[in-house]
Amino acid sequence: MSAQQIRELIAQHARLSVNANELGEDADLYSAGLTSLTTVNLMLALEDHFNVEFTDKMLGRKTFGSIRLLSEAIQELVAA
Amino acid sequence: MPKPLRIAEISPMLDFLALTDRVHAIGREIIAQYADEVDRNARFPSESLEALKAEKLLTAYVPIELGGMGLDISQLSKICEILGQYCASTAMIFAMHQIQVGCIVHHALGADFFANYARDMVKHQYLLASATTELGIGGDVRSSICAVKIDGELFTLDKQAPVISYGAMADAILVTCRQSEAAAKSDQVQVLVRRDDLTLTQLAGWDTLGFRGTCSCGFSLVSKGRVEQILPGPYAAIHSKTMHPFAHIVWGSLWLGIASDALGRARIAVRAEARKNPGVVPISGTRLAEADIVLFTMRSGLQSVLADYHRLLDANNQDAFSSFGFAIRVNNLKISSSNLVIDIVSRAMLICGIAGYKNDSKLSLGRHLRDAFGASLMVNNDRILGQNATMQIGQRD
Ligand SMILES: Cc1cc2nc3c(=O)[nH]c(=O)nc-3n(C[C@H](O)[C@H](O)[C@H](O)COP(=O)(O)OP(=O)(O)OC[C@H]3O[C@@H](n4cnc5c(N)ncnc54)[C@H](O)[C@@H]3O)c2cc1C
Repeated sequence: MSAQQIRELIAQHARLSVNANELGEDADLYSAGLTSLTTVNLMLALEDHFNVEFTDKMLGRKTFGSIRLLSEAIQELVAA
Repeated sequence: MPKPLRIAEISPMLDFLALTDRVHAIGREIIAQYADEVDRNARFPSESLEALKAEKLLTAYVPIELGGMGLDISQLSKICEILGQYCASTAMIFAMHQIQVGCIVHHALGADFFANYARDMVKHQYLLASATTELGIGGDVRSSICAVKIDGELFTLDKQAPVISYGAMADAILVTCRQSEAAAKSDQVQVLVRRDDLTLTQLAGWDTLGFRGTCSCGFSLVSKGRVEQILPGPYAAIHSKTMHPFAHIVWGSLWLGIASDALGRARIAVRAEARKNPGVVPISGTRLAEADIVLFTMRSGLQSVLADYHRLLDANNQDAFSSFGFAIRVNNLKISSSNLVIDIVSRAMLICGIAGYKNDSKLSLGRHLRDAFGASLMVNNDRILGQNATMQIGQRD
């Protein structure tokens, strides 16, 4: 999935302490200020935008840790 | 035929019963004797703490290999409950100290500094305090403004802390902060600072309704130390595995102690009433039976989260600790126990009547009631409910 689209949704919904537009694809989103609670906002925005549904197991660092991980996970969900 | 248990398997259990008897004895003979005076003068319960230290109870959760008692969380919970029956301030100090010990035991013993520190804690019975709340942040434990500043092997750390229970009496304070000045506010670490390396300037006093003996004054904290005093790993992991569940379990346990002592006093009142007219069960007896069901509910909530926590600790799966399902259940325990303790003490008040309302009677419930109201404020229930609402939306299991 488009990293740029994900980056824009992060900018709008993740309440990070840094400018999301400057985040590299492998930058650690949790170091940038993402928490388990703000993950929920971001998840809802991503689900709405890409018309997917994350599973409970995906709501952690393994999926939300970076833009690249998110992009791969969404790709998988879309394909499923 | 089942294999007979070895002595080593039985004895910790037997010893634990002996230990709880001992804690009750200390409670009756020392802690209860000072409880009213501690409350009246809002002073630190030093006699009680000395008695607990003499039994090495401050290191009850430190593993046996390091000299501690090696108790588990259920056993610790039981001790908090017993202490809560005699003096809620003493119990709260004990409980908050154990939360800090839990963080070290679960997350830091792999590091030489902390393994040695644990041995020193056993030897000297150090008392550990906590500074999570921060001016400008409030009770949001997962955010910090202050940051640890590292220079080679050394650090400095300053925090404006509106509430540090027994801060002035503690041998060390565990402080949450950002891991560097560049870090996001949620990118935290937890740092142990020792009394000799810190200066506390009092910002606010502690003349409160309840938990008066915790001496939870506000301080401007200025400290320094060596980088080895930073607990390994991000605070996020310490929080979800230990700080969060541990805190709500030990707090819920001592609130249960407050509630059960209130009902104990109510039972005395009912018995006195019943003696006046043998054969007729007084209405207060029915009220007591009802109140005991509420106590049963409160205890069941605690038992359920304890069972959950034991299961996760045994499996030691970090993902499970950070799951929304577990965090919600821990928060449910906090919200429900802190409400039920007020409910139960109020019911006891109705049963005891004027004797409960008086400050100078044997059945007085004033201290219980004032202490009970603190429970919903230490990490405000509305804040916790707000987090649960968010997690309900995110939860998928
Ligand atoms: C007996 C006792 C001992 C304590 N000991 C310590 C200690 O040793 N160390 C320590 O660090 N702290 C300690 N505390 C502080 C405690 O843990 C809380 O963090 C603190 O009481 C919260 O302060 P607050 O009510 O001002 O702030 P907040 O938690 O910020 O709440 C203030 C108000 O704002 C509302 N609010 C704020 N944010 C939200 C939100 N996101 N959602 C919904 N509502 C919100 C709350 O409902 C509340 O009405 C202690 C507290 C007590 C009562």
